[in-house]
Amino acid sequence: MGLMDSMESNVLTTTYDKVFNWARRSAIWPMQFGLACCAIEMMAVLDPRHDMSRFGSEVFRASPRQSDLMLVAGTVSEKMAPIIRRLWDQMPEPKWALAMGACATCGGPYRTYAVTQGVDRVVPVDVYVPGCPPRPEALLWGLMHLQRKIDRMQVGIPKADPAKVEAAEA
Amino acid sequence: MTDAVADETEVAPGETLFGVREMELDFGPQHPSTHGVLRLKLKIDGERVLDCYPIIGYLHRGTEKLFELHPFFQNVPHTDRMDYVAAATNNLAYVGAVEKLTGIVVPPRADYIRTLLCELQRISSHLLWLATHAIDIGAMTPFFYCFREREQVLDLFEEYCGARLTLNCMRPGGQPFDLPVGWVDDCRAFCETFPSKVDEYEGLLTNNRIWKQRTVGIGVLDPDRALEYGISGPMLRGSGVDWDLRKARPYAAYAEVDFEVPLGKNGDTYDRYLVRVAEMRQSAKIILQCLDQLPDGPIMAKKPRVLKAPKDSEVYYSIEGPKGEIGFYIVGDGTTNPYRCHVRAPSFITLQVLPELCKNHLLADLVALIGTTDIVLGEVDR
Amino acid sequence: MSEQDQDKPPEEVPVSEPESSPSEPEGSPSGPEGSPTVEAAAEPEPPKEEKPPWLLNPQVPQWQDEDDDPTAVSLRTSCPGAVLSARSFAGDLILVIRREQIAEVAECLKNELGFGYMVDIAGADYPDREERFEVVYHFYAHSEEKRIRLKVSTADGTSVPTVSHLWPGANWPEREVFDMYGIRFEGHPDMTRILTWEGFNGHPLRKEFPVEGIDTGAAIYPEYYDQSQGPISGDGTGWKVPEPPEEPVAEEAEEAEEEGPQGDGSPAGGPAENGATTDGAS
Repeated sequence: MGLMDSMESNVLTTTYDKVFNWARRSAIWPMQFGLACCAIEMMAVLDPRHDMSRFGSEVFRASPRQSDLMLVAGTVSEKMAPIIRRLWDQMPEPKWALAMGACATCGGPYRTYAVTQGVDRVVPVDVYVPGCPPRPEALLWGLMHLQRKIDRMQVGIPKADPAKVEAAEA
Repeated sequence: MTDAVADETEVAPGETLFGVREMELDFGPQHPSTHGVLRLKLKIDGERVLDCYPIIGYLHRGTEKLFELHPFFQNVPHTDRMDYVAAATNNLAYVGAVEKLTGIVVPPRADYIRTLLCELQRISSHLLWLATHAIDIGAMTPFFYCFREREQVLDLFEEYCGARLTLNCMRPGGQPFDLPVGWVDDCRAFCETFPSKVDEYEGLLTNNRIWKQRTVGIGVLDPDRALEYGISGPMLRGSGVDWDLRKARPYAAYAEVDFEVPLGKNGDTYDRYLVRVAEMRQSAKIILQCLDQLPDGPIMAKKPRVLKAPKDSEVYYSIEGPKGEIGFYIVGDGTTNPYRCHVRAPSFITLQVLPELCKNHLLADLVALIGTTDIVLGEVDR
Repeated sequence: MSEQDQDKPPEEVPVSEPESSPSEPEGSPSGPEGSPTVEAAAEPEPPKEEKPPWLLNPQVPQWQDEDDDPTAVSLRTSCPGAVLSARSFAGDLILVIRREQIAEVAECLKNELGFGYMVDIAGADYPDREERFEVVYHFYAHSEEKRIRLKVSTADGTSVPTVSHLWPGANWPEREVFDMYGIRFEGHPDMTRILTWEGFNGHPLRKEFPVEGIDTGAAIYPEYYDQSQGPISGDGTGWKVPEPPEEPVAEEAEEAEEEGPQGDGSPAGGPAENGATTDGAS
């Protein structure tokens, strides 16, 4: 990996990307992190009708050290925010965060003293799934959106676009 | 040190490595079995729990402050999100309180529709409870079975009001929508097959040796103590106290339907499980009766276009939710907004009994106890 | 016909149409009782038919005196001077109790009159009154299926005797009243904040406390919460405090950065949750 990090993208790194991205997107292990009402719809994604195991994600790890995805489902209160940050820091790379629901995205209906207006004040969020609560199908859409994002990950240094380089130097 | 500990526990004092017997453990806010963000500070001696101190507030959202800012009908969605597993009963408690405050009488068809929705919600809440309680104790199969039925109930809700979970299906004065075409038949079809599904769950758990070992004798709650704690609902009825607000102070259409109130004997976790499963059956029975007796007529009472509370008024109104007595204390001041709206949340009051229940149980039993109290942190913290 | 609530008092003064002001949907409450203004019915009803109550204008409940209610009478004899008034509204019995004697009254209710079930304890804030706070207790007697409400007035800084020695279920509701209003309860075993976090300043449900908070995110980052620009979210990079726009604002932003966005006074990154106990923090 160290050698490939310093190379520009070439056929070796793109093949590597394809294989590793396919592996990462096919078995995203979420961390069980249901905070409020969205947690119930998150549990509903696991039920036989919506079936998250088709995406490889039926294993909800309890420990952050073993999970890839932090599914923040529910309202983030100011009391809980430092704990969310701590859990995020405990997760190993590569890790992603998905803000599920209106409360995790932007505070939702709760613009009060006790609610953090969006979990993106605390952790860097990759995908936002709107809804109050989002239907399980919406969460699956969010998961697939995340999978597309993972497909775009690259290990090598992306080839610089000559036009942009000239514009930056000018 | 060891002598003091020996007085507290029944375990014989043995050799210790560091001279310390007890450990303080954080059963933290992020834990799969805490049903939300509950934090327990435990004092444990090996596997045995000596004391527990619940710390709540991790889902405090300031709902009671928000109630004061909106008119009465705009607060109904906020009530959905408190006990988010049983939104219809929250709605009914709130709109019932507003109607008591303003003197509105609801038409009978609306009462019957409310009863239907509340009983469906009771089934859905108990199914979720059974799924999570079983999975905490280690039985994974009931989770999938219960959610399969729960999806059917949520389909019925979705047909009625458009939402699966946070329903917003009642208004002060009646119902916003009438039952859609075909809803009655779908509901009847569900309720007729439901008892056989409950038989499936009981077949998995009720006479299961492992289930019994994990739940019989765990968390025995004395009935008088339960009343002093303010506990209501299946938690209280599991200890044998025959009190159900649907029978004691009938509201909506409960006076006109015939049902039994299941009671437990010993007040342990197993009895509470039996009570809740029996309540699911009774709910199906109530729904079938309501569907048969459904009257025609308007669904919304005549009320002012701008609903204002009388000046200098206050009421308390409560109903039997799936978790216990859920009540609203509303103070009106002549304007469209409540001056003060306080929620009597059953889970908040019930959770206080956990330190008493968990003494001298094992750590794994603590998980069963949290499940049997059937708490929802949205209600505890509001 | 099913009754909405069987607690309604048997006789109510009907607020009929001729009293209300004519066809003003948002008019101010007319009449001495402050009934909701309604639009006048268009056509006169035939005198023979009785319309069911849901097709008539709502009849607003009235305050009634309940000095001869058995519970009020027993309390007045057992705890003289405690009951300041006994009234009812919409079927709820409401007794106003002198603050110093609430524990005595509660004991009498529990042990002699059979109110063994603690329903709830709430607070309320009436800033216009001299004693601005009110603590509201609800109890229930299973033998008579009777509910009673006790109200105790207290001023800011004055504490109320606790009832948690009688009902262990009163413990957390009293802590919540303390957290939300600042009313202390004497004799309470654990008088600490319960719903808000350590280092939280203020008591949220007081009427002067703004709903967005005073030193939580909404107040520290006014540029994020400026309503005129519409909803703005963070830039998605975590704890980063936005760059201060001009010099004079720089000092406030730096202080806020040191404090940490959650405003609990601990260093950013919040180790406050683990080792620190919640006892004695307010």
